[in-house]
Amino acid sequence: MKNLMDKIVLPSDRFEMRLSGSGGQGMVLAAVIFSEAVGFGSSKNVAQTQSYGPEARGGASKSDVVVSPSEIFYPKAIKLDLLLAMTQEALDSYYSALKDHGILIIDDVLVTHVPTDDYYGLPFTRLAREECGHIMVANVIALAAIAEITGLVGREALEQAVLARAPRGTEDKNKKAIEVGIREAAKLKAKRKKK
Amino acid sequence: MPVVEKQRSDVILQYLRPKKKFPSVWCPGCGNGIVMGALIRAIDKLGYKRDEVCCVSGIGCTSRMPVYLDFNSLHTAHGRALAFATGVKFAQPNMKVIVITGDGDALAIGGNHFIHACRRNIDITTILINNFIYGMTGGQGSPTTPAGAFSTTTPYGNVEKQFDPCGLAQAAGASFVGRSTVFHTPQMEKMIMAALEHKGFSLVEVIANCHTYYGRLNKQGDPVAMVNSFKENAVMLGKAQTMTPDQLKGKYVIGTLHENKEATEFCDEYQKVVDVRMAGGKAR
Amino acid sequence: MPTPKRKLLQGNIACVQGALYAGMRFFAGYPITPSTELAEGSSRELPKIGGRFIQMEDEIASIAAVIGASVSGLKSMTATSGPGYSLMVELIGYAYITETPCVIVNVQRGGPSTGLPTKVSQSDTMQARWGTHGDYTAIAVAPSTVADTVTETIRAFNLAERFRTPVTVLLDEVIGHSRELITLPEPGEVKIYNRVKPTVPPEQFVPFVMTPNGVSPMASYGEGYRYNVTGLTHDTMGFSTNRADEIFPKLDKLRNKIMNYTDEITKIRVEMMDDAEIAFIAYGSVARASLQAATLARQAGVKVGVIQLYTIWPFPDKEIQQLTERCKAVIVGELNMGQIVTEIRRILPRELPIHTMQRYDGDILTPMQLLEKLQEVL
Repeated sequence: MKNLMDKIVLPSDRFEMRLSGSGGQGMVLAAVIFSEAVGFGSSKNVAQTQSYGPEARGGASKSDVVVSPSEIFYPKAIKLDLLLAMTQEALDSYYSALKDHGILIIDDVLVTHVPTDDYYGLPFTRLAREECGHIMVANVIALAAIAEITGLVGREALEQAVLARAPRGTEDKNKKAIEVGIREAAKLKAKRKKK
Repeated sequence: MPVVEKQRSDVILQYLRPKKKFPSVWCPGCGNGIVMGALIRAIDKLGYKRDEVCCVSGIGCTSRMPVYLDFNSLHTAHGRALAFATGVKFAQPNMKVIVITGDGDALAIGGNHFIHACRRNIDITTILINNFIYGMTGGQGSPTTPAGAFSTTTPYGNVEKQFDPCGLAQAAGASFVGRSTVFHTPQMEKMIMAALEHKGFSLVEVIANCHTYYGRLNKQGDPVAMVNSFKENAVMLGKAQTMTPDQLKGKYVIGTLHENKEATEFCDEYQKVVDVRMAGGKAR
Repeated sequence: MPTPKRKLLQGNIACVQGALYAGMRFFAGYPITPSTELAEGSSRELPKIGGRFIQMEDEIASIAAVIGASVSGLKSMTATSGPGYSLMVELIGYAYITETPCVIVNVQRGGPSTGLPTKVSQSDTMQARWGTHGDYTAIAVAPSTVADTVTETIRAFNLAERFRTPVTVLLDEVIGHSRELITLPEPGEVKIYNRVKPTVPPEQFVPFVMTPNGVSPMASYGEGYRYNVTGLTHDTMGFSTNRADEIFPKLDKLRNKIMNYTDEITKIRVEMMDDAEIAFIAYGSVARASLQAATLARQAGVKVGVIQLYTIWPFPDKEIQQLTERCKAVIVGELNMGQIVTEIRRILPRELPIHTMQRYDGDILTPMQLLEKLQEVL
């Protein structure tokens, strides 16, 4: 059969996302928190994987999350429904893995060259510093934006998951980050609707 | 301590395994038998129950000793006795765990396990019979073969330097370190008793004769001549402290060289952790 | 609906949880990527239940301490990765000949040597069977998901205890480091085996006695039996022997106690094989890619199924032979240069085409790669 590959239809009930950036930006932790939030808020299955090199800080870092109501066979992404790119290098590396019309979310301060107009751009790192008082929570702002844009997890489940992992004393910063992420993503959504 | 006057041989026979086939693998006149006798008498005098004693060994002439003794016995792989013994002791902290080892077994292939067992100060008594050579494989050089000495792998004289097992153990953290020789049997017996009663890692190094290989290759004569040379070259610690390094060349400093009764012991320290965690303490 | 009992667990941590469920009370290990979380998890959990964790000075010492603890009566485990497993194999042989139950987890990474520490591989599959020198029969199991890792680790302990033998759990970097939402079994939900203890008085105890099933009752040190354990080939009393009439029975026992019960050790998953013309045969993380590929191909109208091996050793000859009787071809995907496929070639008829899909660059085989291979085969 020469045309099997043309007949393959990717499963519609799988949602695949990739959180990517550089080591130390908390991409793996964000993926773990998102996966736990799915567990808190639904009966869906989740598989979270990552690839990493020997560097603990710096270097490329990515983590995949697959969400599905049925058994997840392949645990990594096949073709992405959503890509979060926190650095230019991450976007350059993984953009080709995104489905046509897949959701692209970028940090629009750190990522300047985007090969499409169809994306959500937010200054996650700057928002974290300026509105929440620490760049550490940039990943949480991004998670909240993903939650708002996809509707995959509710605010309550996300907050529960974030606070379960937040170091003591950072609860307020994290709550604020969720608020900021949802607010800014909602603004973007509204803008796109108008278009 | 119960003092029972018995014929020495009666005591020894009581502790030999009834079903083990003898003779032993040791050559007639081997120093290992003298150490085994001292160990048996020490345990007998201390009144330990046989089920509460576990002898662990690796590979080599010396390492055959546990197989002859009527205790729990674990005859393991070359160099690894202390690592196995760590598992036994940690799993059963009330067991008296005794490692019987040789210079090649403990200090070459097992050198890493040796220093780490010392470092943990785990409550194991190690009897290291040092005969300066590999006996079972036929007389090769070991980490304690003196510089210049002959063996089947140092046919032109040893160009390497020797380890001092006692200095090594003390530096690594052992809390009881002593040396004796197969000539000084009563002292050795008392030292083994003290080591067994010591809480923490204890090392008893016993200088012994391998006349079959070391003695023959280095023209040191028969077992009697070799044991006599230990008598002549042994110096008690007190006297050694008054001697110069030059005067101590070729001598064996014997006695309890180091003892620290305050050092914490590994299994005890871990038990404290267990007690806190089992009481519901939260991890930091 | 939310199911609060579900937990997001990493594969390596799920392995610790499975071990604890099975009764593990002793862990000795040495840090090595990608298995280290097993040591970390054990160091956190064991003291809470009165168990014991020790970080040894190397992997040789780790397996030694595990064997020492097991003969002292504690269910024991160690975990490592390629280079560490290579260091352990001599003493795994000691566990075979002394018939000491223990579990060794190998979270596989790319090799040989230091190789690819952070990358996935299945290239220790043959080592789990033939790693140590001499003649023996091995048991190895291979989970493919985080949930499997719990059940297969429990099974590994059960097999180790039941057959008095070391058992290897072949994880890989992808499973070890992936996280999935799983529900841990309730106490009592999964049957737990414990080693058979002697019932005779100490003076009648024969530590390596021949029994109909080949498994001798095992006393722990300190229970009054005072027997000898040695790595030398030994008679039934545990003393070394050079006699043929004692050597043959000992070595036959090591083999037969496992091979006579292959049917009870073998575990496979069979999907979509009823009318399958082509079978994917896979294990570990590649089984997941194979299941995905087969599901997608079925939707495109191709009659393809999957045979997933949970037991790698002893090899499930009979099951694979029966299931592929009506197949026109099989595709064996592996993250190595062709290891388990040599077993498939050994057991399947010469006229049945056996295709391979091998990847050894440190990445997982994807469903798309398997589908492309399937397209070639069709």
